[in-house]
Amino acid sequence: MTDLNKVSGSSTGFEETIKAQANQLKDLIDSGDMSGALSIISDLNQTRDKTLYQEIGRLTRSLHESIQNFHIDSANSNDTDHTTIVDASDRLEYVVEMTNKAANKTLDLVESTMPYASGISNEAQQLKEDWSRLQRKEMKPEEFRILTATMGIFLAKLCDDSDKVYANLSEILLAQDFQDLTGQVIKRVIGLVKDVELSLVDLVRMAGKVDQLTGTVHKIEKQKTGIEGEGPQIHADKRDDLLAGQDDVDDLLSSLGF
Amino acid sequence: MNKDMKILVVDDFSTMRRIIKNLLRDLGFSNADEADDGNTALPMLQTGKYDFLVTDWNMPGMTGIELLQHVRADDNLKTLPVLMVTAEAKRDQIVAAAQAGVNGYVVKPFTAAVLKEKIEKIFERIDS
Repeated sequence: MTDLNKVSGSSTGFEETIKAQANQLKDLIDSGDMSGALSIISDLNQTRDKTLYQEIGRLTRSLHESIQNFHIDSANSNDTDHTTIVDASDRLEYVVEMTNKAANKTLDLVESTMPYASGISNEAQQLKEDWSRLQRKEMKPEEFRILTATMGIFLAKLCDDSDKVYANLSEILLAQDFQDLTGQVIKRVIGLVKDVELSLVDLVRMAGKVDQLTGTVHKIEKQKTGIEGEGPQIHADKRDDLLAGQDDVDDLLSSLGF
Repeated sequence: MNKDMKILVVDDFSTMRRIIKNLLRDLGFSNADEADDGNTALPMLQTGKYDFLVTDWNMPGMTGIELLQHVRADDNLKTLPVLMVTAEAKRDQIVAAAQAGVNGYVVKPFTAAVLKEKIEKIFERIDS
């Protein structure tokens, strides 16, 4: 931050010099002193060049510091000494891997649990019908014997299967630990991104001073069509080009004749 | 609606493909294949085996909207029903998808009920 103050300090000085010398230049031209006027113009040029070199010097130094701070200089890094950015990318890769593993594990367990639930449901449905017939006293003794046997088998199976369902649910519960682990990693990367952004903003401000001194105007061309994919929207409530959810999407589509 | 119809599910995330396939199976559609982006999906669709396309929007390679445009431009595929299941929710995007000829649009995160409703609606229109 101290660098920034110096930058603005020196360019304010430069601006004041320009103003003072511009007035002087006008007076000299008005009074017809051309050699005096030309010497002022040459002074102005020199001041500008000097300030420009200073600003470029500062910019280069800050750039260098930023590179050192974030270890993004690949020339100075080797395999064992990871750069901060490479490290952050690795960490995010780890997040993708962890979430992928957790999602697949959960899906595996859900898929293997579903047949137990539907099996229990199917058999219970059958027994329920037989049970109703028993209650309505519509059952022959022979059928009753079969029902008690079936019921015994069903209850034993129910014990086994519900144990398996419970065990699978516990495993699904445990598979959610990725949230904690990936959350920690993501928070660290967010910290890094914020630091990098701060440094970049400083650099951009300094580069802006250089642009000002050289009179460079950048044209930033945007060629977005507005329909590029952006992924999940995280500030849907703060943007008015976004639809809040399925209901809004349905409304829009029906207004288009869907 | 023919429950035996062949469905192609296109999404770059394998877990999302699994989730959609599971939901489709719960709805009675057990005949689904997968592709991880438009470039993989298009040649599969061109075999003419598929009756219904469910696609994400944002994918590397060929995106879902490009896939939809290719499908509509192909004489053999232009009537294929297409459902978009995507996190993209910009007004312009939905209008673009509608103009490209999408048959239904589901925004992620979505529920099984919404998926069911949209699929039923698509085939109600086609069958009527």
